[in-house]
Amino acid sequence: MSNRWRAAGIKLLLFLLCLLPFLYLLWDAFNGNLGANPVEALTHRSGDWTLRMLLVTLAVTPLRRTTGYSLLRHRRMLGLFSFFYAVVHLTIYVWIDQVFLWDEIVEDIIKRSYITVGFTALMILLPLAVTSTRGMQRRLGKRWKSLHKGAYIAAALGCLHFLWLTRADTLEPYIYIAVFVVLMLLRLKREQIPGFLRR
Amino acid sequence: MLIKKPDHIKFSEITTQSDYLRRRDFLKKGLYAFAGLGLSGIAEALVKAPGKNPAIANLADAGFSVDEDLTPYDLVTSYNNYYEFGTGKSDPVENSKAFESRPWHVVVDGECEEPGEIDIEDILTGITQEERIYRLRCVEAWSMVVPWVGFPLSTLLKRFKPTAKAKYVSFETLHDAERMPGQKRAVLDWPYREGLRIDEAMHPLTILATGLYGELLPNQNGAPLRLVVPWKYGFKSIKGIVRIRFSEEQPQATWNMNNPREYGFYSNVNPRVEHPRWSQKYHRVIGGGIFSSKVKTEMFNGYADEVASLYTGMDLRKNF
Repeated sequence: MSNRWRAAGIKLLLFLLCLLPFLYLLWDAFNGNLGANPVEALTHRSGDWTLRMLLVTLAVTPLRRTTGYSLLRHRRMLGLFSFFYAVVHLTIYVWIDQVFLWDEIVEDIIKRSYITVGFTALMILLPLAVTSTRGMQRRLGKRWKSLHKGAYIAAALGCLHFLWLTRADTLEPYIYIAVFVVLMLLRLKREQIPGFLRR
Repeated sequence: MLIKKPDHIKFSEITTQSDYLRRRDFLKKGLYAFAGLGLSGIAEALVKAPGKNPAIANLADAGFSVDEDLTPYDLVTSYNNYYEFGTGKSDPVENSKAFESRPWHVVVDGECEEPGEIDIEDILTGITQEERIYRLRCVEAWSMVVPWVGFPLSTLLKRFKPTAKAKYVSFETLHDAERMPGQKRAVLDWPYREGLRIDEAMHPLTILATGLYGELLPNQNGAPLRLVVPWKYGFKSIKGIVRIRFSEEQPQATWNMNNPREYGFYSNVNPRVEHPRWSQKYHRVIGGGIFSSKVKTEMFNGYADEVASLYTGMDLRKNF
């Protein structure tokens, strides 16, 4: 099989894989499988997948570095899926959870720090999604690369959002934080690592 | 969409115990008067038992009810905060299946004349258990309506003759990580502790529950004995009680110890005092489905007529 066909196949497979959690969520919603508090389930599951997709996107470079396997040409799609799940998450919050109680929504964004950071993360992802096309990449040149470093900040804020909303059992958010930190460390170039830590 | 606003039931509108005990006379008189009228509507005053647990015999309908619909049994027993069996909402029902709630003893001590250890069966001897349909408002901004079975806490407390020094009552949940696997992790400072001021504890709305929906409490709902204080956030209604203590000083309370900024000792339902991380003005009714609107939270969870006088002169923003 030619390389081009193989790449197209991988892309389709990745696309379907990334879409699967969303389809599964819709399936559960329509079949009443979301338990006693379906709104909470929708919110939590869409939030979980936003964070997971962001971390998967940030894993592309470390994966290539450690294994040599490159998903670089599919990174745009992974990033756009992160944004997609973030928008789903926000939509569920605004429409289904708060039912357009704008006063409450504004108050939440201003006063509740976990919502402030979550909303900030989404605001960071928005221009990244808009400038994700090849044309924008070309037009922005060097600035494109620094702009898209915002993905790191969005993921960090996403982790913080999860940690800060947790009442007592912080094990799960700390697992996400640990994965994020490992992915960040794996990105460091040799010269960025302090001498005493270098092998 | 129609959002039902709960009516405030004044205490005076609730059937008194003596009227309740004469209810059959009342019915008989009614029957003579309307010989053809069926009894069905009245005889079914008690909630229908789902047949999942042993039924509680000789149950009295004490006339405590609310206008909102009951939360279905399946939801009441599958969506629980009971960290002793795990921190997820569906953990308690899964992880409490093997839990044995008998035999069970409760130690009662502190500032009382007759401290001692009492068996659950002795607690229930000579007590008429009542059905009490109460609203339950969780601090996480969701709510249920639960038909509890139980009896006033004051009935039990009086048996131990609290002294004049008994200003507070505290409670502890069983601490046994073998039986309560959630305690293997130090998510909270075990055992779970809660406390009430003595007047709150003696209030007629405050009950010890042994069942719901006419049957024994499922393990995930706090079997065999739990507190229910309907005007306070749900976490005050401590489950699986093994110890009750009278004290002069304000006792420790688990969530208050865990995060005093977010969870006060009183923790009365109060839409005007927000949780630092979310608003308490609205809540979601469990069982309403995906597209149900949020409902406005009432002061003292709609029990202001009955309990507001307990807090006269207190700044409820400070004493939240």
